[in-house]
Amino acid sequence: MLRVIVRRLLQLVVTLIGLSALVFVWLRNLPGGPIEALLGERATPERRALLVKALGYDQPILVQYAKFMQRLVTGDFGNSIRSGDPVTEVIGRAFPATVELAAAAMIIAIGLGVPLGYLAARHRGRLLDNLSIGGTLLGISIPIFFLGYLLKDVFTQNMHLFPPSGRISTGMDNTDVTGFFVLDGLLTREFDATGDALWHLILPAVTLATIPLAVVVRITRASVLDVLNEDFVRTAEAKGLRHKTIRGRHILRNALLPVVTTIGLQTGALLSGAVLTERVYNWGGLGTLIYDSISGGRDYPVLQALILLAALVFVVVNLLVDLSYAFIDPRVRVR
Amino acid sequence: MSDPITRPTVGAPRESVDPSAVTEKPEGTLPRGLDRLGERKRARLEQLAQATADKGGVSLVRDAFRRLRRNPTAMVGAAIVALFVLVAIFAPLLAPHDPAQRFDELTRNLTVDNIPGASSEFPLGSDPLGRDFLSRMIHGSRQTLFVGVLATLIGLALGVLVGALAGAFGGWVDNILMRFTDVMLALPALLLAISLVALASRSSQWTVILAVAIVNVPIFARLLRGSMLAQRESDHVLAARALGVKRGAIVLRHMLPNAMTAVIVQATLTLSTAILEAASLSFLGLGDPDINRAEWGLMLGVDGQRYFEVRPELAYFPAAAIIVVALGFTLLGEGMREAIDPKSRR
Repeated sequence: MLRVIVRRLLQLVVTLIGLSALVFVWLRNLPGGPIEALLGERATPERRALLVKALGYDQPILVQYAKFMQRLVTGDFGNSIRSGDPVTEVIGRAFPATVELAAAAMIIAIGLGVPLGYLAARHRGRLLDNLSIGGTLLGISIPIFFLGYLLKDVFTQNMHLFPPSGRISTGMDNTDVTGFFVLDGLLTREFDATGDALWHLILPAVTLATIPLAVVVRITRASVLDVLNEDFVRTAEAKGLRHKTIRGRHILRNALLPVVTTIGLQTGALLSGAVLTERVYNWGGLGTLIYDSISGGRDYPVLQALILLAALVFVVVNLLVDLSYAFIDPRVRVR
Repeated sequence: MSDPITRPTVGAPRESVDPSAVTEKPEGTLPRGLDRLGERKRARLEQLAQATADKGGVSLVRDAFRRLRRNPTAMVGAAIVALFVLVAIFAPLLAPHDPAQRFDELTRNLTVDNIPGASSEFPLGSDPLGRDFLSRMIHGSRQTLFVGVLATLIGLALGVLVGALAGAFGGWVDNILMRFTDVMLALPALLLAISLVALASRSSQWTVILAVAIVNVPIFARLLRGSMLAQRESDHVLAARALGVKRGAIVLRHMLPNAMTAVIVQATLTLSTAILEAASLSFLGLGDPDINRAEWGLMLGVDGQRYFEVRPELAYFPAAAIIVVALGFTLLGEGMREAIDPKSRR
């Protein structure tokens, strides 16, 4: 087990180093070169000379890369071109919003997807199954930003059920502790704030959940179908075990392994989806930040940090998923 | 692939030397007893070859194609795709107007909160610039097909190159190439596409196509590498190696064609995601800046978004078109996957 962890960690380090090299190359090839890209409209000859010196662009390329890595490791991503604030601060403000949204979407995807996939498999070929297959196919074919606008139109403009955008109502007197508004409300016992934040969260989370939901339903269904044909399920039934026991201990426990992997892989899709969803609902998280960093004059320091952060989150989540295998499936521990 | 066992025996003229039977020694040089043994073996082989020849074996591809035709969902997908391609081909004949022309009777009624709706002359009404929306929708099929197909093909070509190299050489080549795909896969698809588009000093249709293509390279590469590695250990590759077939020929003629099926299925599925990804880039303002170009993703992402409150049809129609076409490619791709590997059928 330890060897597996060490090997995966090494792989992770290699991936991240490769990524940093790629970002380094990317930064140097931006239109107008790295200095112009970093300075943007604030470029004056003095500033340029200063930055060339500060970033060491007059030095050999390997030295430059070493310095670049040094800054990355120390978390120094420079300042945002748009706001002038340190990049780490800018990202730190937006990070909880996206995590909250992504977590809510994942809860919806798993909470709905696993039971639906199980039921579809159990009622294979019947109406429920066909509906869920059709639904998942539709789910992956809809541009999610369009779905966002559609939901917003139906539920806020026409039915006034949900707020159209933002994370919390203006005028809501909420105390910011962690940046996760739902959690903050619970921590400070401002339950009205929690309710309000949840109320804002529902539509964006549903929008963002569509693709992961479709994937989870499909994988669960396929994997439950596999397990249903196993001898041990027949044996369990023959032993006269209760239906609930068979479902929980025999079928789902075995069928959920591929689902867990999928959940790890879906973090990437969630981050992509967040860019689109947050734009629709004006959410103010990392997705909004990515959008603003491109459209409002390219804010490369922020974009660079966001790329690295997204990759870091993705590889770490997938590492955790792989490691969690050992706890779910004892066979992995032996191997 | 020619059958190396039956080939020298079936009707090989004794006088002329069959070029494909270079390993076979001329009759006279064999010792008497062995010669007769060879004769008997040959007769037996001929008999065996005859046995299968009568049955008329079915190739894997034909077999898969037969299953594909019997799969109703795949056929629905194929019908959608066929219709889409036909509309794209005959767009200039189908469209009632020039998609780039701005009509006075439409522009006259354009205001901030009004875009003229359907009339007998313009069945789907106007777009925000006073052009015929129906004609733009019809012509949009061409550009959408163009973007989707080209992005997929470029991604496929690069991915096949990387995957084939990794799968053929293995070892350190494989290691380096796969670490590279790891890095690319570590980035969320859309973020990778955004960073790629950012590299261009000015966005154009080509930056979108290339960005979407490159995002798909690691997926194709990984897939092909996996099935190539599986092929390496297979019996027919071993047989080819034993026969002394050159390494390059083994890779190109024995491994690659057999490993490509999965990649082709993936390419069909990618056609749908490529169209969706191009639409997402347009939505983020990173699409093609050419206002005359009619492409569904662009129409949905730019005008559909901007004028959703004024005239939601501007979003509904391109969105519906994209959904149907994406669904068509997905159904066809899934059907192909099931046809090639019936075990995957669920």
